[in-house]
Amino acid sequence: MKEIILIKDGELALKGLNRSTFEDVLIKNIRRSISGLGDFKYYKSQSTITVEPVRDNVRLDEAADRISRVFGIAAFSRAAAVSKDIDEILATAPEYLADQLSEASTFKVEAKRSDKTFPLNSPQICERVGEAILNAFGHLSVDVHKPDIAVSVEIRDNYAYIRGNQLRGAGGMPTGTSGRAALLISGGIDSPVAGYMMAKRGLELVGIHFASPPYTSQRSEEKVHSLLSKVARYSGKIALLTVPFTEIQEAIRDNCPEEYFTLVMRRFMMRISEKIAQKQGCAALITGESVAQVASQTLPALVCTDAAVNMPVFRPVIGMDKNEIIIISRQIDTFDISIQPFEDCCTVFTPKHPRTRPKLGDVEAAEAVLDIEALTDRAVEGAVLKLIEAE
Amino acid sequence: MMEKIYLDNSATTAPCEQAVRAAEYAMTTCYGNPSSKHQLGTDAAGLVSAARKNVSSVLGCASEELFFTASGTTANNTAIFGAYEKLRRSGNRIVTTSVEHASVEEPLKRLEAAGVEVIRLRVGADGKIDENELFNAVTKDTILVSIMAVNNEVGAIEPTAAARRAVKRSGSRALVHVDAVQAFGKIDVRPSLCGADMISVSAHKIHGIKGVGALYIKKGTNIKPYVLGGGQENNMFSGTEAVPAIAAFGAAALESADAGQSLERLASLRDGFVSRLRAAGGFEINSPDDALPYIINISVTGCPSEPVINALSQAGVYISAGSACKKGHRSHVLTAMGISPERADCAVRISLSRSTTREELDFAFDELVKIKDRIKR
Repeated sequence: MKEIILIKDGELALKGLNRSTFEDVLIKNIRRSISGLGDFKYYKSQSTITVEPVRDNVRLDEAADRISRVFGIAAFSRAAAVSKDIDEILATAPEYLADQLSEASTFKVEAKRSDKTFPLNSPQICERVGEAILNAFGHLSVDVHKPDIAVSVEIRDNYAYIRGNQLRGAGGMPTGTSGRAALLISGGIDSPVAGYMMAKRGLELVGIHFASPPYTSQRSEEKVHSLLSKVARYSGKIALLTVPFTEIQEAIRDNCPEEYFTLVMRRFMMRISEKIAQKQGCAALITGESVAQVASQTLPALVCTDAAVNMPVFRPVIGMDKNEIIIISRQIDTFDISIQPFEDCCTVFTPKHPRTRPKLGDVEAAEAVLDIEALTDRAVEGAVLKLIEAE
Repeated sequence: MMEKIYLDNSATTAPCEQAVRAAEYAMTTCYGNPSSKHQLGTDAAGLVSAARKNVSSVLGCASEELFFTASGTTANNTAIFGAYEKLRRSGNRIVTTSVEHASVEEPLKRLEAAGVEVIRLRVGADGKIDENELFNAVTKDTILVSIMAVNNEVGAIEPTAAARRAVKRSGSRALVHVDAVQAFGKIDVRPSLCGADMISVSAHKIHGIKGVGALYIKKGTNIKPYVLGGGQENNMFSGTEAVPAIAAFGAAALESADAGQSLERLASLRDGFVSRLRAAGGFEINSPDDALPYIINISVTGCPSEPVINALSQAGVYISAGSACKKGHRSHVLTAMGISPERADCAVRISLSRSTTREELDFAFDELVKIKDRIKR
């Protein structure tokens, strides 16, 4: 028996004439995510993408796990592919679905016959398969409205497919179909979640991280690498630019009033990110800011931060509570990394009494003593690129 | 290439040449299992028994009183759980200090959760427990007194010998355990001197290699083994012996035999270093004046420990935070000594070895001053 993976694309079905392009990107993303797990072939028909192993060398469990994280997939399932022979179908169905069937108490069978030359019609297939399952699992009863498991038999061109319940896919849009955006990532809980959320809407991510050695350590950079490698399991590989930030932070500390440290720093981060983003072909910035979470994220503070750049800034967790963000960070497995205790650039030189209601004019005055352009340019030029692969 | 100045010797030491050679010999020539009856097994067993002789002679005990473990931590765990199992019916109190290493504190926490009364003695500003408090704490129903010989964070030398006297006075059956991981090979911790029934030591703190420790158990003590299995180490610590690490331990122990000379030399280095820091200003000395000179704990006023460590590392000088640094987990030792949270957060530990030179400390001093001026706000 051969086992395959059937994938239902999600919102793609809504995209009219673009659909084929979206599907091509999705197949490319699937292909990329399961590369290295064996030889597969891919084909699409009627909003279903079929991933079929070509040889026996495949790691199908791992492939299914990775596919569960590919954006643009509404649902997927593993299916047995058998020859279009009713006896073989009847023998395979109870055996292949034994685990699911023995845990269920009700079931139904659905049949679809796109190959009309198959000798039995759909109701007949349902009846025969249902009978075979009841014979094998006497505890089951049929429930056509809300069954625990819906067994589906599809007679297609090459094979008959048998599968149980579908699994939920990662949803969203295929990464890359919405363009590129640059994610400012610190090492905390929020920014990886923000990156994940925007990748889910089809954006390809470029990471930007600010490093301030010796105030921050090599370990904190490695922490960002681990975080992005988790996000990359969903978004695909991420180009990370690590920006040397020490000179700027020391210049701020030595020349600006303490209560504006964080805001002036944030504005530098935005300016540098905008320049890097433009170079990298990104059309927007992404941050993990959430209104009022900390002093630099009050509404007046966000206004000052925003004013430093022209590019749109996406803040997908803006209206979320910390706990809601944490739930997602646990889902995507970044939480335990985020809480590792290393200093990051945001915790260096934290003012004792930061301005929570800053006025833009005051912030601009505070930073006016610095050579903003030269500092920004040096940081942009010093950025180091590293490709982060999915973990 | 930049020179490496390694001043994190309380975390671990560089293996000495003799240790590396002994380990290599064990790996290449004597790779048999000491339990095997053939020649290679016998050879390996011979290495283990030679190492046992060496380590026990430096520690000052009989070789049959020394049991190899997998680390200082497993030695401490074996001592504590073993003593508890043996004496749990004789009483319900364990006396220890508030500044022990996690490998003592965590097993005690577990026993505490099981209903044992654990008394943690306070320490003074000098990091030491008060002998009178110790005498009062050890009562008739005490089953174990566990006190470290040298504190791993600040180098305070605890009055371990008082534990034996306290037990005698109380008339209890309590065993005395001394965690001597930071003391062994540096000062004399022979059982007759510190009055202990059990002493934990570790190889990689004295230029051995990682993966082996040892527990001295006084003859006739008969604690219950904690790690069960094939009955190695006379049934006290099962598991195939880490022969290369054990052989290296034996070699390293011999090399530390003239520790007394190093102690004097390092005391003078330490005193010079500390007085330069005091003269420079902006540093606070957290180690007590009479600490083991191998450990110098200081706070760089106003500079959190992490950037100080990173900056020193960039300059090729390797030191630790006040202790294994965890954000939000302030050093329990410095806190117990009454040091303020602000100062504790700025604490770093500079730890020497017998091969540390004055030039290295001078270089570290110069870098510390530069870093302080750069980082301090």
